[in-house]
Amino acid sequence: MSQLLLDVNGLTMRFGGLLAVNNVNLAVHNRQIVSIIGPNGAGKTTVFNCLSGFYIPSDGSVVFKGEQIAGLKDFRISRKGLVRTFQHVRLFSNMTVIENMLVAQHRHLDTNIAAGLFKTKRYRQLEQEAMDRAAYWLEQVDLLDFANREAGNLAYGQQRRLEIARCMVTQPELLLLDEPAAGLNPRETKQLDELIVQLRDEHEISVLLIEHDMSLVMGISDHIYVIAQGTPLADGTPDDVKQNPDVIKAYLGEE
Amino acid sequence: MRQNLYSAVFAAGITFVLTCLMIGVKLTSEGTQLKVVSATEAQWGWIFAGIALVFFSQLFRDQISAATAGIPRPKLATLVPEQVRSPKLKPWLLAALVVGLFVWPFMVSRGAVDLATLTLIYVMLGLGLNIVVGLAGLLDLGYVAFYAIGAYSYALLSSYFGLSFWACLPIAAVLAATFGFVLGFPVLRLRGDYLAIVTLGFGEIIRILLNNWTALTGGPNGISGIEKPTLFGLEFSRRASEGHVPFHEFMGIDYSSGHKVIFLYLIAVVLVIWVLFVINRLMRMPLGRAWEALREDEIACRSLGLNRTVIKLTAFTFGASTAGFAGCFFAARQGFISPESFVFIESAIILAIVVLGGMGSQFGVILAAIVMTILPEFAREFSEYRMLLFGLLMVLMMRWRPQGLLPSKRPHMELKR
Repeated sequence: MSQLLLDVNGLTMRFGGLLAVNNVNLAVHNRQIVSIIGPNGAGKTTVFNCLSGFYIPSDGSVVFKGEQIAGLKDFRISRKGLVRTFQHVRLFSNMTVIENMLVAQHRHLDTNIAAGLFKTKRYRQLEQEAMDRAAYWLEQVDLLDFANREAGNLAYGQQRRLEIARCMVTQPELLLLDEPAAGLNPRETKQLDELIVQLRDEHEISVLLIEHDMSLVMGISDHIYVIAQGTPLADGTPDDVKQNPDVIKAYLGEE
Repeated sequence: MRQNLYSAVFAAGITFVLTCLMIGVKLTSEGTQLKVVSATEAQWGWIFAGIALVFFSQLFRDQISAATAGIPRPKLATLVPEQVRSPKLKPWLLAALVVGLFVWPFMVSRGAVDLATLTLIYVMLGLGLNIVVGLAGLLDLGYVAFYAIGAYSYALLSSYFGLSFWACLPIAAVLAATFGFVLGFPVLRLRGDYLAIVTLGFGEIIRILLNNWTALTGGPNGISGIEKPTLFGLEFSRRASEGHVPFHEFMGIDYSSGHKVIFLYLIAVVLVIWVLFVINRLMRMPLGRAWEALREDEIACRSLGLNRTVIKLTAFTFGASTAGFAGCFFAARQGFISPESFVFIESAIILAIVVLGGMGSQFGVILAAIVMTILPEFAREFSEYRMLLFGLLMVLMMRWRPQGLLPSKRPHMELKR
């Protein structure tokens, strides 16, 4: 078994009297695609918010690369290599595609003000490296031709891909994708499928995925967790999960 | 039509109430008593003519806008130097502009140069606030506080410790920046309206503090006799203070009070060019992009590992330090400052310059600063109605050009292959 990258134990999130996430356990290993599925309102996105630091979990531990990260500030978690996307596309829509990619690399650039004022050698070199990295990832998601367009003018599917590329230039180790296939047509979903597999196989990234498109989830996941009403329901390989009577009941309702 | 009738009656009613209060009746003092005096018959005639005009223009507004739709509006965008077709021409145009700025004061009257200096102060303030409001999207209604801090830093350091203008210029900027930082730290968690109110309060606190700390600041009497800037130790007065040489003796020319005015103007030009240079670079730097990104989507920024507190603070600090520069220069130019110069309406004017010019646009802000300082000078006779005209200008702008005179054209980074 490969190394454990993310280890979540007893994750609990309460909003006042509402128990949104109840005692969820997750494990993601290196170079793995792990999915979280569950009916609408099951608390999947809340789990993401807890992992990425947007919420501080009420209870439980989140260990990333052997380090406790529960309760850290969101940007600190992201800098450690755990980067997420959102259910709704969140691009900087008045900025160009390439600028979106550069903002994501903010901490890889020389942000010293004097260096920028006088354009030192290091400043220009780091900027060039960031540009090259951006160009590389734009090519991976097939957006290189649109680099100088405004992000808001891209087609929806392209915006989705740009969001993933923008995460990738931050050089993460674990990518959290929140319903990346929502609103995509079958052809685009297939491209996305290939892209995620490529991230795992070629770029050695682990992916934690929330998705409703079952054919996508079942096709690419190494491991699936099912959550219903904030509580873990089942987990296992795609085949295990498909046959689990509890899962079928949660999704289709009782007879 | 019925809808229009309602709004026409409503608008006419409001006009009636407002004009009656402002023009129709007047309070005059007779001996020890105050007396209410009604307007003359001719004035009442004008008032009712005005009300009728409002009423009918509202009633027939559909017809009016249909009739005026055919009239072409001036295309302001084509006037911008940025739109120059051949990019090769641009550096030459800029160079010519800079040379013009330096040569021009020697050919015109003293009053014109003085007015230009005042305009440049507002350009500086507008550019500074533009960083905070236009680029970073933080509404700051107390900007004048940093201006005051800059001015008082120089005035106090000069009168207590005898520090020169040139030494105080960076100190004033740093002090204003420090105050920006200190204020920014607790308030930048707030957003929009809440931030605006807190900054508004801060502006008032500083003014009231200056007003009441009589022992240090002289209170409402202000500080007078602030030293003028010198050129490498040369003074611009008729007789220099001990151990100094006046400029005209050094150069072997006759004394003219115009020299000082021109010198101040030139300092202002240099300061504005420096501020413009810094802001231009900032906009192309990672920091400038981060400001813009933070304005567009804060949550996405956080998810990408950007520390929003630090980024907002830098915007606040930069804006404040620019105001500090402007304030220091203002104190040197006036030679006298008092809390009177730093009231809320100054903040409002600076903000109006930013909004009028087009948020985030530097050319726009410069143009707006010129409009806002020069127009009142030309319309001296109407000085009583200055605020009225000012409001009218804002209303017209928001109706026809809400994006500002010259909306922002940010320099985009391009991927070259």
